[in-house]
This record gives sequence, C-alpha cells and structure tokens, in this order.
Amino acid sequence: MSPLDFSVEELENLFDLANDIEVNQDKYQDACAGKILATCFYEPSTRTRLSFESAMLRMGGSVLGFSDAGSSSASKGESVSDTIRMISCYANICAMRHHKEGAPMVAAGKSSIPVINAGDGGHQHPTQTLTDLLTIRSLKGRLGNFTIGLCGDLKFGRTVHSLIHALERYAGIKFIFISPEELRVPDYITDSLKNKKIPFEEVIRLDDVISQLDFLYMTRVQKERFFNEEDYVRLKDFYILDKAKMSNAKADMLVLHPLPRVNEIAVDIDEDPRAAYFRQVQYGVYVRMALILTLLEYTGGIKC
Amino acid sequence: MLNVGRIQEGFVLDHIKAGQSLNIYHMLKLDKGESTVAMIMYVPSTKMGKKDILKVECSISDLNLDVLAFIDHTITVNVIKGEEIVAKKALILPEEITGIINCKNPRCITSIEQSLPHVFVLADKDAQVYRCKYCEEKYDRRS
Repeated sequence: MSPLDFSVEELENLFDLANDIEVNQDKYQDACAGKILATCFYEPSTRTRLSFESAMLRMGGSVLGFSDAGSSSASKGESVSDTIRMISCYANICAMRHHKEGAPMVAAGKSSIPVINAGDGGHQHPTQTLTDLLTIRSLKGRLGNFTIGLCGDLKFGRTVHSLIHALERYAGIKFIFISPEELRVPDYITDSLKNKKIPFEEVIRLDDVISQLDFLYMTRVQKERFFNEEDYVRLKDFYILDKAKMSNAKADMLVLHPLPRVNEIAVDIDEDPRAAYFRQVQYGVYVRMALILTLLEYTGGIKC
Repeated sequence: MLNVGRIQEGFVLDHIKAGQSLNIYHMLKLDKGESTVAMIMYVPSTKMGKKDILKVECSISDLNLDVLAFIDHTITVNVIKGEEIVAKKALILPEEITGIINCKNPRCITSIEQSLPHVFVLADKDAQVYRCKYCEEKYDRRS
C-alpha cells in the first residue's frame, strides 16, 4: 500500500531479486506459469498498467483486467469490496489503480489474494517509489550517502513525497529542493526532516546547485499551477534541464524522471550517458516482477 | 447554584470545557438511548473559570470512554455505583477510532464506498493528530 510497508531489509531482498531478474531473465521466464494477474485500473494509466502486464507476461503468467472505470462494474455502482471479492476468484494477484485515495487498502482488507497499490489518487504510488529506489541502488550501488536534488513541482507531486519519505530511512542523504515558491515541498515533509535531523536546502534556481548533486530527480512544472502567467514565464526556464545546465553537473550525476516528460528535459539530453530515465522505466518492470514474485511467495532462484 | 440529585450508577464527567457538553452528548450517542442525563453548563470553576458537567445514569459498562479521550482527554471521569464515586478513570488517547468522526476528504474512498466505516488512526500522540486510515488526511478538529 505504501513503500514503507516493507522494512529496509525486506526492500533489500526485493531489490536483490530484481537485480537477479535483470541478469538472469531466462531463469524467471516460467516463474509465474499458470498464475493470473488482474490489473484493475479504475482510471487510465497506460504506462503503469503495461509495466505490470509486461512484468507478469515476462514470467510466463497471464493477465486480465480493465483499464478504466467505464468498462468495469464500478460504472454500475459496484463497491470496491465486492469487485475485489469477485477478482479474488478470477486471479492470483491484483494490481489496482483507483482515483479515490485508500481504495486499494479497502480492497486488500476484503481480498483473499495479494493486492498491489498501483496508485490511489494523489495519495501513494508505491511501485514508482520502488522503481526509483531500485534505479538509484542499481546505478550507484548503494542507497545512502548522496545528495539528491528534486526539481519542479514539489507541492503536488506524490512521487516526490513518497520518494523523500522512503529515502529518509537511509543514512547520509542530503536533499536539495529546487522549486518556485508556489510549488515548495509541503511543511509536513520539511518538519519531518527537521525532526529527524536530515539535512535539506530549498532553492529556486537549478543552476545554483546542480554542481553539488549526485542525483537530479526532475518533475514537470505545469502552467496551471501558477497564479499568473507572468510568474510562469519568469520562472519556467529555471526548471528546464538543458545542455548548458548539464555542463555544470558532476560527470557521474544521474538524471531521473518518473515520466511522462513534456519539455522539462531537453530531448538532446537523452543521448547524455547521465540521462537515466529510460533505464528507470526498465527497472520499473524488474521491480514489479520481483514484487509479484515476492507476493506470490516464489521461493525458487534466490531466497526472498 | 443549580442542584442535580445523585445518580445510582453511571458517570459524572467533570471539567468539560465550557460549552462542549452538548457536543459530547452527541458523540457519546446519548441522544440515541434513553439514559437519564443531566447537562450542567457554564458552571463557575476555580480551575477553569467556567466548565460543563455531564451526569449520565447508565450501566458502567455502557460508555465508550475511548471517544471521550479523543474529544478531550483532560475531562475527569468519575465512575458512580450505589451513589458513590468508586473510581476515577484516566483517559488515554485511543489508537483507533471507528464510526465516530467522518473523513472530509472528497477524494477519499470513504466518500463513495458503501457501508465502509470511517476509521481514524492516532498518528501523533503529542500533537493529538488523527489521520484517516485510508487516505491519511488529517482530522481537523475545528470542522
């Protein structure tokens, strides 16, 4: 339901499994043979749904489900509790995306099969956070002892909030929040960092801090979040990553982005070896494979 | 000074913040039962200036004290049996409250799911913050 449902040790096991899948894909090609994943998407999210479906299909499993509320019984007024009881009879595991916050938790309470939260409104998107953590761990070899810059819309971005929350548990991390005044990280997050004595800085311009970063996590700044057009025009270029800004970054800094991007990362950055956002998508599939296997209590291969 | 007779068995809730007793009356669902209730409001108090007192004649196993702790844990609870105070109960903030307060977040699953109880979990004991179990929205005591 939330990335914090797993202890640090359980996450390590999950990521070890994901990395094993990455290098030994053949070993897992039938790991879910005969198993069915139900993708219950009450709101459309093609990217997340396809990532789950790819994960299951790569392990020899099957998938069924719906991709928007209109094509499900929810449009007839069926409750989440009733739907999941029915899905429990059809499948072995379920990934649920819902526009209402807490819906997957309600489902998990009534279900006889494991339920994965594939995003619930503006609340949580735990598999994105697991993807981010696995990408960081795989590409840097560790979770901890680095400076991470989070850039863009830090007020409304749930992926950013979840990631900060998850990284709080690792030692030696410094956060640099780069955003316009209007889109700063909510107080409850900075309060929590202060209480835990985790260092952080809040700045307005990416240019001022990019040279300090080991990771840069980009998100999109949307025009409609601003009170007036003037502020948007004045600030928007601060949050667009281009070659000029990248030239000041460390040689081994990595750029992450939950995608989709619009214009906040210039297309010519894609060729830069530091651009890691498409590798991040690939890790998203591996971590979902590892999650499905773990929840189905797969014990072959490495121990999980 | 108003005089209210003794009760055989039940509770005397003392040191209620002035004006709050009606709210407590509803939250304890006393309006749903037929217990004899005396509500004494704006009583002069040396400690509080003004306070409310609520006397409830009922079986001492009938009252949900958890709810009371959520509303105001500084209330003094006197347990009465045979017209005497047999115990004073300390109020401890409950870890979970079910079906007493509602989540007001329109994006929460509780806004559409039929017969789903509203459950709040104690998130911060010192600040007495409760959050919805499902969407984690903070309960705003002013609303």
